[in-house]
Amino acid sequence: MTNPITAAFIFAIPLIVILAFLAMALIDRRRMAGVQAPGFFQRNGTPIAIFLIAAAAFWALILIVFPQLYMVDYSFHPKLPQIKRGGPEDVYTLENYRYFLFGSTRSTDHWNSTHLNAFWITIFVSTLITILNFAICYPLAYFMAQVAKPQTVVKLMALLVIPYWINEILRAFAFRILLGTGGLINNVAIAVGLISEPIDFIGHDVALYAGLTYAYLLIMMFPLYNAIESLDRNQIEAARDLGAPWWHIHLFVVMPFAKPGIASGATLVFMLCAGALAAPLVLGGPKTLWFTPIVYDRFFQAFNWPQGSAYAIILLLTCTAFVSLTMRLFKVSLSEITR
Amino acid sequence: MSADIELDRVTIRFGDFTAVKDVSLKINGGEFFSILGPSGCGKTTLLRTISGFLEPTEGAVRIAGQDMAGIGSNKRPTALIFQNLALFPLMSVADNIGYGLRVRGVPKAERRRKADELLRLVALPDQGDKRIGELSGGQKQRVAVARALAVEPKVLLLDEPLSALDLRLRQHMRTELRAIQKRVGITFIYITHDQGEALTMSDRIAVMNAGKVEQVGDGRSVYDRPTTPFVASFVGENNGVSGAVASVAEGMAILDTPIGALKGRAGAGLSAGALATIFLRPEALVFAAPGATPDFTAEFVNSAFEGNFTLVFLRAANGQPITLSVGRGADIGALAPGAPIGLNFSSADALVLPLRHEGAP
Repeated sequence: MTNPITAAFIFAIPLIVILAFLAMALIDRRRMAGVQAPGFFQRNGTPIAIFLIAAAAFWALILIVFPQLYMVDYSFHPKLPQIKRGGPEDVYTLENYRYFLFGSTRSTDHWNSTHLNAFWITIFVSTLITILNFAICYPLAYFMAQVAKPQTVVKLMALLVIPYWINEILRAFAFRILLGTGGLINNVAIAVGLISEPIDFIGHDVALYAGLTYAYLLIMMFPLYNAIESLDRNQIEAARDLGAPWWHIHLFVVMPFAKPGIASGATLVFMLCAGALAAPLVLGGPKTLWFTPIVYDRFFQAFNWPQGSAYAIILLLTCTAFVSLTMRLFKVSLSEITR
Repeated sequence: MSADIELDRVTIRFGDFTAVKDVSLKINGGEFFSILGPSGCGKTTLLRTISGFLEPTEGAVRIAGQDMAGIGSNKRPTALIFQNLALFPLMSVADNIGYGLRVRGVPKAERRRKADELLRLVALPDQGDKRIGELSGGQKQRVAVARALAVEPKVLLLDEPLSALDLRLRQHMRTELRAIQKRVGITFIYITHDQGEALTMSDRIAVMNAGKVEQVGDGRSVYDRPTTPFVASFVGENNGVSGAVASVAEGMAILDTPIGALKGRAGAGLSAGALATIFLRPEALVFAAPGATPDFTAEFVNSAFEGNFTLVFLRAANGQPITLSVGRGADIGALAPGAPIGLNFSSADALVLPLRHEGAP
């Protein structure tokens, strides 16, 4: 545990939020005075109402809010042995964030190019993988949602879903077996005479990017399929009847309609990709730069939990900001995505 | 600019199912042409074939003399108005109307000008900036018409577009559509299962049943001179009484039926001894005057007040149901169920049509 002030601070924030909500509820009740609608307790019965509130509060506070707040607090403390925590050396500091930027807890002379590069590459490649996933899934989702017969859709769904029964790490290893220098693809290509030397797919990160793309294919597929499926077929035909070529129909009729689905799929894929751990660990080459293994190393190799927390928070905030910005750019609102 | 449409022995099959069988039609340029038939008769299939969403299995579709085989729906001089209208919900009214022009690369200002012009034509001036969701059913209807007209088609195809509207609006839109057609002067092909719509709007009507065209003609001839039993019973109300033909002479036929020998105009293909049906319109039947010999008698069952007329339901011999309509002046209040009623009709208003032979095409 850190010092008592911090602890008080951590517990105070949720308390303030709860009080704010309570105040809003009270104001609401006063404003609605005279309107006779059954209250939450009347509708559900007291025991169930208490259980519902307690369960939601437990879930939100204990499982989400507290751990995250704890991480935030952690990230502003120096790394100290257990006995020194809460002592005079346990002060608020920006050294963990400084380390991320400059590779040193004190000096600001040189940029921490290794970590910064890994960070930007992670964001950049995650964006590319999101786009690639969209490019792969959109035609398939459109085919399944608008063109294929119901029986075909069932078969395709099974083909898509069944591989995901296999554990994520095993799937990553399967890619390693496929794409390794002594792997299936290289062996076949050499046997056929396509290449003379094996290609180092893993060293060139091809395996990693392919594995990541595959890992989150379904996450893109389902929101897209759902969105396109709800489009009235007549609208596609009406556009066609008015003279539109196929690309015009997709660009100006289908995609605008499916925009909420595209946005939720893209958001999920990007977030999961940027935060992926298993695939980069298994499929990353010796020189691969991916940010999450670095965060992992802060925690479990360097045993520097404050620094790991700082790194995790940097990743979280950057991704959130990036996604919000992109959504603003494409004029998608949060309520549309969660619809 | 309008164009003739010619369907030349068009047959359309889906697997084993034949939706349209050997249909030949010639639709004149500038005509308001209706295809009338019950649901499932193949009329929508036929329309989709004209618009290019389907290719005929056999036969040809020619628009303005040009064979349309292999020409996609986006390349044909037709525009289709869908049953559910299929307006683009995310676009404004003006963008909907301008969509076809946008595809053709027409600049934005020009599209807007054209949209405003069309909105005036369909009596929706200054509504271009509204969203589709803000419009009423009738307004959406007009926008759909404007959107289809924007691409200046030679033929406008309408797939039961009025079926979702309430009765009053539907009747209003009938006159409206007819007026728009007169103004723009292009060919309209209108699909409907509602004979009232077909009769009030059309220059000519094709009556379809089970994938085949039974009769083509203007409203009056389809109503007054049906050529097949199906047309006689589908277009307007009709009492059909079946029996064997006793004699055919001078265009009149006498039919022996369970309710007596009845005389009417003879349809084509009648011969003595053949099975046939005599069709009597409810408005052609009258109560027999006191003292006059009735053509047949029936028992009163009940009546239904329809406002400007009353339908009287009767049962003749053999349980044969008979319906007649009487005007406001008729006194039927005293009739009790089971009361015998004598009925007369002018044989010029009755029509005898041969029953189709089993297995005939």
